[in-house]
Order: sequence, then structure tokens, then C-alpha cells
Amino acid sequence: MLVVAFVSFSLFNFVGDPINNMVGEETSDEERAELRETLGLMDPIHIQFSRFVVNASKGEFGISYQLRRPVSELITERLPATIELVVISALIALITGTLLGVYTGIHRKGFLSDFILAVSLLGVSLPTFVIGILFIYLFAVILGVLPSFGRGEVVDLGFWTTGFLTVSGLKAIILPSVTLSLFQMTYIIRLVRAEMMEILQTDYIKFARARGINEESIKYKHALKNGLIPVITIAGINIGTLIAFSIITETVFQWPGMGFLFIQAVQFVDIPIMSAYLVFIAFVFVMINFIVDILYYFIDPRIRVKGDTASG
Amino acid sequence: MSFLKINNLSVDYKMRKETVYAAKNVNIEVNKGEILGLVGESGSGKSTVGNAIINLIDEPGKVSSGSVILGDLNIHENSESIVKYRGNKIGLIFQDPQTSLNPILTVGEQLIETIQTHLKLSKEDAKNKSINLLKEVGIKDAEKRFDDYPHQFSGGMRQRVVISLALCCEPELLIADEPTTALDVSIQSQILDLIKKLTKERNLAVILITHDMGVIAETANRVAVMKNGNLVEIGETKKILTTPQQSYTKSLVSSVPPTNKKISRFVIVEKENKKNNIKILNRWTKKEISNQDLVQVKNLNKSFDDNFFTENSKNSVLAVDNVSFEIKEGESFGLVGESGSGKSTIAKMIVNLFRPSLGDIFFDKTCITKIKHRSELMKFRKQIQMIFQDPYSSLNGRLKVKDIIAEPITLHNPSISNSDLNNYVNDLLDSVEMTQKSADRYPHEFSGGQRQRISIARALATQPRLLVCDEPTSALDVSIQAQILNLLKDLQEQLNLTILFISHDLPVVRQMCDRIGVLKDGKLCEVSNTEDLFLKPSHEYTKELLHLMPKIESIYN
Repeated sequence: MLVVAFVSFSLFNFVGDPINNMVGEETSDEERAELRETLGLMDPIHIQFSRFVVNASKGEFGISYQLRRPVSELITERLPATIELVVISALIALITGTLLGVYTGIHRKGFLSDFILAVSLLGVSLPTFVIGILFIYLFAVILGVLPSFGRGEVVDLGFWTTGFLTVSGLKAIILPSVTLSLFQMTYIIRLVRAEMMEILQTDYIKFARARGINEESIKYKHALKNGLIPVITIAGINIGTLIAFSIITETVFQWPGMGFLFIQAVQFVDIPIMSAYLVFIAFVFVMINFIVDILYYFIDPRIRVKGDTASG
Repeated sequence: MSFLKINNLSVDYKMRKETVYAAKNVNIEVNKGEILGLVGESGSGKSTVGNAIINLIDEPGKVSSGSVILGDLNIHENSESIVKYRGNKIGLIFQDPQTSLNPILTVGEQLIETIQTHLKLSKEDAKNKSINLLKEVGIKDAEKRFDDYPHQFSGGMRQRVVISLALCCEPELLIADEPTTALDVSIQSQILDLIKKLTKERNLAVILITHDMGVIAETANRVAVMKNGNLVEIGETKKILTTPQQSYTKSLVSSVPPTNKKISRFVIVEKENKKNNIKILNRWTKKEISNQDLVQVKNLNKSFDDNFFTENSKNSVLAVDNVSFEIKEGESFGLVGESGSGKSTIAKMIVNLFRPSLGDIFFDKTCITKIKHRSELMKFRKQIQMIFQDPYSSLNGRLKVKDIIAEPITLHNPSISNSDLNNYVNDLLDSVEMTQKSADRYPHEFSGGQRQRISIARALATQPRLLVCDEPTSALDVSIQAQILNLLKDLQEQLNLTILFISHDLPVVRQMCDRIGVLKDGKLCEVSNTEDLFLKPSHEYTKELLHLMPKIESIYN
């Protein structure tokens, strides 16, 4: 986290003189110097950095150059949109990905498996924005059933604005979330498939068969549970990637989330927003990995009792 | 009327180019209360027959003909019918207890599920039944251990769990596929005793698949010998092991290292049995046997720890604990012990792959554990070479055989000319009885025994004085093992090699070594001359090991 904080902090120093961005052409040198002093820009680097870290931990990233509003306020305003989008697409990716992966892992030679794998190849190789544009063309332009941009009507719950409570909001989330999930889904399909195929070859599956355990139980209880362990690791990392990918998806669908905010910030060299976004993404990655590690504890008994390998 | 009748059973593997016949018209009968040993070398089809009985053959294999009659049931009537007999009428035990239990389900869950699949019992009844079973197979605190996961059990205990799983629905036929191969001798004898006890108590029919003739001699009532998918010979154990009729059985029995005497060479029936003359001898700077200590190991200690920062703390495992011994020049010194006794760790410290935590190793009176400079160490590396256990992973699969053997030569002698190098490699291949054509091939084209020969040639390339052999034959079949051991003996004799021979296999060590050290939990129990050790062992642990080792000679008693 500190490393990322330092990188995003150094943005301030290397991307350009913030004073130039803030003041007009005709400001005198004295005024600039004075402003510099009051903003603490003359202090040594390490003091500036520690101030940045302290403020960041309080959620303060300064004021947006472009919108003249506190960055923290902008982020809390945009956060719900991104979170909703990412959660929905993560669910789509995980659930359909696992189901299709299990299917293709078990029915290795069927026509449907080959078809799913062929389509999943498309999902991996086509860039997200192409898929997004194709979806917009198909569902919004030709069929006209789904909106092509925005969140639809949202309901304000005070601390959170949600699109889940209105029909237009729900309709609006379909295209972007499916677009976003497609890449991860294909990834998970292939992973689950490979895991299932490998596990169905193991000795304990063979031994379970030799004991006459029925096939359904072997596949879904014995094999799938073992197969999901690596999926959780990958899924954890990928939820982080989903947020990163959401920049593109949000731009294509004009989704008013953080990625869209970031893109706009880049266009206007709005450094406080950019650095805040970086720190936020890093924070999310760390949190997700932490949660994944805890999940491991519950799923894999071998980790639970590490150091306590009792023998009898 | 036999209880199990296998008639004309054939198993085919249809490959893209050809069909492999893994079992051909096998006829076997087993009675109740009888243990039938099924022996053969790898690829003989013995496991195939075991799996075919319950139709558990992996794709693309298929039972192509034959019938299996269990009591009055034809269990191969159709492919569906066999499923309901699995676990119910027939139990199966696999080789490796480490991998045959599902790691993320508790032992109890796996037992209850199996019981409820076949017997109409409530969860409570199934649990009681499982706990009784665990007690029956000798697991202490069965009530508590019921909720443990497989990794919380040691290897032998896991195999007990596997047996309880195989027996939980009271099958009448038990198929045990190498049930003790992955286990240490002391645990092996416990498991075999358990199988014998259960056979008697439950009046089971048992098929015991194994490659170990000692195990067969001690447990089986009758033996069936297989080779290349054919049943070679079947009959009373004593008859087969003492007066075999077929030449294959004869060679198999004669390849087994005897436990009661030392023989100078193994008799190899199918191959011309002569000493091989070693061409590399003229390249060898032959040293007179000085009869002095070549290797001295003094108060050696090695501790391992997961955590670098807490080394030598309470959590660390002491793999080698204050071990001292000497190896004289020209002798074969054996280190025996069960898994985890630290024998491989000592070997790795002698070849300088590990640094000892405490203590010193002297080679030719120089302390090699204190050497700091790489160049100085290289001088000793050249004189100490190692042969590893697994011939499949110890050769780089991307290099040709000649490059594998040439690498150590050019490393220690960079100025050698190309033609000289080629001659040297050919001579080395010659001396391990490989053809010169093999130089241009890759390791995967060779069998395990041939690969081990390549490893030996590679080890000899630097003209070492000490050869460290870490379980060099435990991955090989007995007949191949006999050949490799003969080869090592010849090489030692002609090249005056000093050998440190590490093994868990007491009969093999008896044939190979002049003196033996017995290791237990990192401590050296006793060191003595081979014959003394086998005839009048002084340490309790050595006595126990000797008592437990499966003896092929026990058939005479």
C-alpha cells in the first residue's frame, strides 16, 4: 500500500507543476511562491509524503482541479455505480463460469462443450470495448430492448445511490455487466474445466468410484469442492482486475462510475483524482486478497491446522 | 467351487495406431478366507486385472471379453450392473494412502457417505458403525479422530482408514493393489497383519497385488505370476517360490535379493551373465587402495525450519542428530533407515548440496564443509558424485544422452577436444552396458533401468572416488534392480570406487555393502560389519527392523 501511495504521490511531482494548473496566466511570481508556501509544496519530500499518507488514510485527497470539489466527495458519489457494476459482473462471471466449466469438464467430448469452448475463445481474444460496442449495436440499436448508456433512474438512499430498485436501472446494468464479466467468465470456464479434468483423474476419485459412491456425488461433492480452491484465488485477483477493466466498460457505456471519472480526470490532468483512484484500487486489491486468504481457511482444511499435523 | 472365478478376462487399450492388450485371457479363482498374491513387474497387467474385476479401467481401456463370477452373481453382465457391487460386494485398496483419500472431507464424512450409499442406515447408525470400524482397523481414539481430515493422519494410519473405507459395507472380496509399497517396513508389517487378521475374521477372499516377493512369501496362500498381460503360472505360494516351472518365474525369483546370505552376483537367467570389461579403465588415474578413511563425518547436525528467522529454535526439526562415521577408501558403506530417518539429508550434505548446521565432513583429510571458495569446492565436487533415486526426474529431458554425459566432463575439463569427448562418452556408455547409438537419443526413449545406467555413466564422467547412491534401485523392478546392482559391483571392483549406499531395503543393502549404519530419527543407532549386523544385531531398533523385514525365505519354514 505504501508503495502505491508513493507512486500516486509522485504523480503530483512529476506530472507537472500543480500551481500552473491552478492559477491563471497572469499570476505574478511572488503570488505563485506564496501559494506554494501555503500549500506546503516547499517542504522536503518526506514531509510532503507523510502528510499525503496521513490525509489519504483519512480519505482526503485534496480538491479536484477540474471540478473544484473535494476528491473524497466525488469518489463517494461515484463509488456505488462502480461497485454495483463490478459485483453484478463478478457474480455473473463466477456463477456461469463455474457452471459451464463443470459441464465442459465432465462432458469432455460433447458438441455443446466444444461450442462453449469455441465461444470462450472469442471472449478471451476480443477486447472489452469491441464486445461492448457490439452489444450496444445489437441490443440497443437493432433490437432496441436495452438502453445503451447511463444508469437509468437511481434511488438515493442517502449514503448510497442504487439502480437496483427501478426497472430502467436494472435494464441499464445488464449490458455493461455482461460485457465486463465476459472476459473473466471465459477465464473461469477454462480454469474450472482444467481443474475438474485433473481432479477426476486423481486416486481419491478413483477410490470413491471403487467404493460405489454415485457419480453425482463424486462430481459435485468430491471433485467440485476440490476444484474450487484455485478458482477462489484467481477469482480474488480477478475482481481487482474487473475494477480496472471497468474503466473501459464504463467509458463505452457512459456509466457514471469511478472508471469514467478517472478517464475524465486523465483528460484534464486532474491529478488529485488520479492519485486517489490509484490508492483506492490498491486498497481494494489488498482487501480482496485478504478476504481470499480468510476464505481459504474455511475451504481448505489443510491450511486450517497447519503446524498441527497430528499423527497417530 | 471357488468363490471368485475370473474366466478368460481380456482388457484392451485401443490407441490411435495400435491396440495394447493389457490382459490376455486371464483365468483366476479365489476361495473365501484365502489370500491370492498377484505378482509381476511393472507393465505386467497385474493392476489391470485388479481394476478390471470391478470394471474400473480408465479410458481408452475396455474389458473386451471374459466374465467375473462372484459367488453366484455374474457381475460383468452389463456395464451398469457392476456399479452396485462396488464397495458393496467388492472392496478395493490402492497403493498410495496419501492420495486415495479426499483431502477436504473428514474421514467420518467419507465413511458415512459410503455406508449410506449401500446400507439403509440412519446417520447416527452409520456413524456408530464407522467408529467401530476405525477401532477394528486399529485407530486409537476413534471417536475423536472421526472428525479429522486425512492430512492429520500419518501414512500408516491413512492406509488403515482406507482399509476401513474399503470394508465398511462388508464386502466379501477385497482387492489390495500394492497396499504397503508406499509404507515403511514396520508399518508394512502392521498393515499386512491387519489384512491377514481381517481375512480370517471376516472370511474374505483377498487378491493382494504386489511386486514384492517377500510380502507374498509371508502373506499369500497362493500366487499368480503375470507377465505382459499373460498369466504365467499360478499355484501354492511355496511351490511357486521354491520350484517354479516357467523360466520367467525362475528368473523373477532368482532376482530377489536373499535376506539370509550374501551372494557375490545376482543370477540373471534371461541374459548372458558375465562380468563386463570396462573400457574407461585406461582413462582412470587408478589409485592404490590406501585402506585409510576417505570420508569422515564428525558430529553432524542438520535442522530444518520453514522459517529462516527462527532456525535452531524450538520449532525446527532436527533431521540429523549428532551423526559420526567413517568410510574407508574402496569400501561400500550402507546407510539404512525408514523414511524421515535423515539418510538422504546426510547424503546431500556429503555432496555439499546442504550445509550442515553443526559438525564437519572430511574428505581425504580436508574439511569440505568449511570451504568458502567455489573453485576450491569444484575440486571436491569432481571427486564426489551422486546417483539419485528417481531416474525419470534426475535426467534433463531436453538434452540428448551424450550431452547429459558430456556436461560434467566439459565442466571440469573445458579444453577437451570434440573427438576426445565423443570417445570418452562412448566409453562411458560402454562401461554401463549401453549401445553407442543411445548417445543421440533423448532420456524419454529409455526405460527406468536404462536411465539409471545413464545416470551412472554421468556420475562416472568426472572419475569420482566416492559415489553416493541414494536409493538407486527403489524405483526399479527386481530383475532390473539385479542388473543395476551387478553393474555397480563390477564398477566398484574395477575402478576402486568408494560407495555410500543409501537404502531402506535391507536385503539389497546386505548384498551391496561391507559395513552398515542404521539410522533412526536422525540418530545413528549402530555401525557394524554387514554380516555381524544381520547375524547378531546389537541395537533394539536393528533387531526390530530385521524381524519385520519381509523374507522370501520364510516360505521354507
